[in-house]
Amino acid sequence: MLTYILRRLIQGGVVLMGVTLICFVIFRYMGDPVQTLAGQYATTAEREMIRQAFGLDQPAYVQYGRFLANALQGNFGVSYVSRVPVLGLILERFPATFELALVAVSLAFTIGLVLGVVVSLKPYAVHNRLIMAGSLAGISIPTFLIGILLIMVFSVWLEVLPPFGRGETVTVGFWRTGLLTADGLKHLVLPAATLAMYQLAVLMRLTRAGMREVLAEEFIKTAWAKGLPPFKVIFKHALRNVMIPVVTMTGLQFGEILAFAIVTETIFQWPGMGNLLLTSIYESDQPVIATYIMLAALMILIINIVVDILYALLNPKIRYD
Amino acid sequence: MTEHRIKSRFLYHYLHDPSAIIGSVLMVVFILAALLAPVLAPQNPYDLETVSLANFLQPPVWMEGGQAPFWLGTDDQGRGIFSTMLYGLRTSLLVGFSVVAVAGTFGVLMGLLAGYYGGWIDVVTMRLADTFFSFSTTLMAILLLGLFKERGVITVVVAICIVDWVRYARTMRGSVMEVKQEAYIMAAKATGAGDVRLLFKHLMPNAIAPIFVVVAVDLAVVIMLEATLSFLGVGVPITQPSLGMMIAIGKDYVYAGMWWMVLFPGAVLILLVVGINLFADWLREELNPKIERNA
Repeated sequence: MLTYILRRLIQGGVVLMGVTLICFVIFRYMGDPVQTLAGQYATTAEREMIRQAFGLDQPAYVQYGRFLANALQGNFGVSYVSRVPVLGLILERFPATFELALVAVSLAFTIGLVLGVVVSLKPYAVHNRLIMAGSLAGISIPTFLIGILLIMVFSVWLEVLPPFGRGETVTVGFWRTGLLTADGLKHLVLPAATLAMYQLAVLMRLTRAGMREVLAEEFIKTAWAKGLPPFKVIFKHALRNVMIPVVTMTGLQFGEILAFAIVTETIFQWPGMGNLLLTSIYESDQPVIATYIMLAALMILIINIVVDILYALLNPKIRYD
Repeated sequence: MTEHRIKSRFLYHYLHDPSAIIGSVLMVVFILAALLAPVLAPQNPYDLETVSLANFLQPPVWMEGGQAPFWLGTDDQGRGIFSTMLYGLRTSLLVGFSVVAVAGTFGVLMGLLAGYYGGWIDVVTMRLADTFFSFSTTLMAILLLGLFKERGVITVVVAICIVDWVRYARTMRGSVMEVKQEAYIMAAKATGAGDVRLLFKHLMPNAIAPIFVVVAVDLAVVIMLEATLSFLGVGVPITQPSLGMMIAIGKDYVYAGMWWMVLFPGAVLILLVVGINLFADWLREELNPKIERNA
């Protein structure tokens, strides 16, 4: 087990190194940092001075080493556009994205699991076929369209929910939250529903598929034959065996959540990291893009490794030796 | 069982599955509409000679103020929604089929090699696949396009191919690993068949079946991805018709009650993807020996 964890950590480290290398190339070679630092009207001598002052004249591997060392100290450089440190810029936007993602994932997980179980019990009943059709819609309607449709219905026609922004927020320590005010919660409903929809459909279909396979197994037939109450058979014997892939899936979908958070934040003008990333892409603000990639990679890798280890611990069938 | 019987069983199940029929009919209709766009469309929305700004923001023809030939209304540039949609459909399907062809071929080859030889090629392919999946193909495509300076259909296809091929490689590898245990593969080896013959004559045809489902699912995934990228403004350029781009433009007019710029292209996109998914669902159940049909 310990060797497995160690191997996983080393693998994660290798991927992370690869990502930082790519980011270094973006940072250093896409767009001319000298020009950006010195400004348009600098003389050749001034440019040379800046090149030396920032070490841009040294060999690539020295520059990469310094880039890594700086990143480890939380120094990711300065935004080309707003001229403030990039890390602060991104971290400032982090709570908005985190709250949106957390609420969306919780919704998707609970509702998806319950509906998946319900549907698996009588897959060919009319109401369950309807739910399945709904889930097909959930995976077939792109996230951006779901968002706009929700805005059309709830903001434009019914005028009950706000279509953009985060509403009123309060600051707790360094954390700016929208979860503690009624206005903030109201603003959260549509974006969270938009972000949850796809995951919900995926988790529901995964639960249903898993349950259908498990329900056909011998040990479930035995449980029924023993005369156990349906509740016990379904939840204790069957669902338990389906939970592992479902939980794993939820953890591994984190990258997907980040991606669709970008889409959701664009539609609802949600002031999160995704919104910042897109603006930076339009403005060719390489330091922000590179830092976003590195932070996203770090988060995704940590979550993946934790999920993998939990998976190995939870499932006695799997031993990595 | 003979080849003939297998085929007729497929046909029987297909004809008795309404959702499979609906799905394939939708696909055929949209492909025809895209192919015949120059004939069907009343105007070419990207030919400046036939587009006039004077026709901007017109509602569909059955509403007050709507007029022919703009059956479904116009956008903020005076382009007919109906015509733009037909041309946008071409972009969707062009990107979809190109990616499936290129990424599919490359992925299947890599999966074949990884599954058969194992070793470093297997380790590298599977590590890449794991990494790409955990970063999500959508996120990686957005980031890649964020770094590319060029905007165009080819750029979009390239970016999606870079992240998408692992889907095929992973499925193919699993299938090859199963098939290579079979007695006939050993028999072929024993009779002195070379690697190339073994890979392409014996392994490939017997391991390819699961790829059909991946192709169907992936086509829907790629079409949605292209629309999403174009919606975000990192996909095809503004000079290129695209369903995602149309919806992005129409979004700003939703608040003013002008729904036609979003709902029509949105409906086409959804119906196209639903059609492909219905067909893929049927194919998956049909090819999965674990699920008993009509239970």
